[in-house]
Amino acid sequence: MQHYTLSCCGGVKASLPPPLSFRWSKIKREGGRRLPRCARIAAQLELKPPPYSLSSLEPHMSRETLEYHWGRHHRAHVASLNNLIAGTDLDGMGLDEIVVVSYNKGNPLPPFVHAAQVWNHDFFWQSIKPGGGGRPSGRLMELIEKDFGSFDRMLEEFKRAALTQFGSGWAWLVYKANRLDVGNAVNPRPSEKDNKLVMLKSPNAVNPIVWDYSPLLAIDVWEHAYYLDYENRRADYVSIFLEKLVSWEVVSDRLDVAIERAAERAREAETRKQEDDTAVTHSEAVEMYLDSDTDDSEAE
Amino acid sequence: MAMALPLAYASSVVHPFEAGRLSFSTKSTKHKKQIYQFRKVTKVLAYYGLTNPPYKLDALEPYMSRRTLELHWGNIHRGYADSLNKQLANSPLYGCTMEELIKTTFNNGNPLPEYNNAAEVWNHDFFWESMQPNGGRLPWGGVLDQIEKDFGSFSNFRDEFVRSAMMLFGSGWVWLVLNTNERRLSIVRTSNALCPLVWGDIPIISLDMWEHAYYLDYKDDVSKYVNNFMDHLISWHSATARMVRAEAFVNLGEPKIPVA
Repeated sequence: MQHYTLSCCGGVKASLPPPLSFRWSKIKREGGRRLPRCARIAAQLELKPPPYSLSSLEPHMSRETLEYHWGRHHRAHVASLNNLIAGTDLDGMGLDEIVVVSYNKGNPLPPFVHAAQVWNHDFFWQSIKPGGGGRPSGRLMELIEKDFGSFDRMLEEFKRAALTQFGSGWAWLVYKANRLDVGNAVNPRPSEKDNKLVMLKSPNAVNPIVWDYSPLLAIDVWEHAYYLDYENRRADYVSIFLEKLVSWEVVSDRLDVAIERAAERAREAETRKQEDDTAVTHSEAVEMYLDSDTDDSEAE
Repeated sequence: MAMALPLAYASSVVHPFEAGRLSFSTKSTKHKKQIYQFRKVTKVLAYYGLTNPPYKLDALEPYMSRRTLELHWGNIHRGYADSLNKQLANSPLYGCTMEELIKTTFNNGNPLPEYNNAAEVWNHDFFWESMQPNGGRLPWGGVLDQIEKDFGSFSNFRDEFVRSAMMLFGSGWVWLVLNTNERRLSIVRTSNALCPLVWGDIPIISLDMWEHAYYLDYKDDVSKYVNNFMDHLISWHSATARMVRAEAFVNLGEPKIPVA
């Protein structure tokens, strides 16, 4: 496992940190060896509370679940993340950037799991609300019907992704701009229709922003998210989530942001392509003149 | 037979001729059915049954509650067994022991769809047998000697086991295995359904670190769960039996060849 050196704390090497309670007992047992003191600029990522009270999602998600899920699991990830990035060059970056950088293109560094879980949980709390459910409308509904056939088909696919995620993980509805991550791959006829909604599932802490997708909706299928309320009945949890908890307004807002972002990227790509083209034609023009001057005729 | 009954009951008096005719027709259909059954080719299916844990479901209280076992064994473990049997109904895999099935379906790292179910059935069987009521405390005899040889002391081993369990992120298992290559005991943790059998090691003790194993009893207090397992649940009886069997496959001691 890669070791990530905290540059401030005298090179104390930390791999994936155990939860705080265990670490303190380990330090105590090692004869009170304390971490060396240094003037540390503490990383400032905060635990954001969900936009509703902890008991307002009853009876679909109990207060106890939220107290543990948000109050302990989510909080522990924030604390671990702050500890891990303090004094390193990830300190001070926005959360999105930390997630993408620490993912390291598939070889994640130790802060990744905590950063991603903080991001995922923030996203999750905002995706639900008391009195949620119902059906979306407007552009979101159009896109759903275009890409999945019908709203019910989309719900079926979402349930299937959530139920077939083996082990811990997340299921996502994302908006994907159909671009390749290869420098010179060019779509000769780009159109709005290339962007589409897809269903994804990801293991443990992985997150679609690392593949440059725009997530719209997430459901946490780690067992801690539903075990107190639904025991092992994940199917019931997913159904109730879709019928009674999901906030389609938030999903629509995210879709608008995603479409705007994709359009901006397309514009940037266009301007970059045009600049490249002009640069090439200019240099070629010069080359041609030189060649015709120095070329000797075959006949002579 | 079913067709005959309404006629018999409809009339209170059954004409002798009709009675004879009724019985003749039912006899011939029954006879035809018997012949037909002899000609039917029965399909051979692989089937793996769900074994019970070797103790009652409330025997591990208060360290693992009855409700946890009811769900963990009764729903989750049973669910894996049922899914596996359903998958095997349409699969060419037949005639394997559970261990062989796991290795085959693991397919050297490209697992077939049956792998998760098969491995989880085996893993859970192994886990129930790795625990006992009034378990914990210390091993004895050969197991203790081997642990002291490979880890230095029992408390080193215990610390390393607990540490490994706490480091696991996501769902998985922690194992004490007999490493067949290095010919010593070691501690490994695996994700999801991965089992040390697939790379040839011999498991001695396992601990289920999926959240469903402890969430009802300990919620997020993982260290308490692992410590309770080590202190009160772990079955050194099973470990000893498994070590004895493992030694038949791995030579742990040097042969004492007398020098002339």
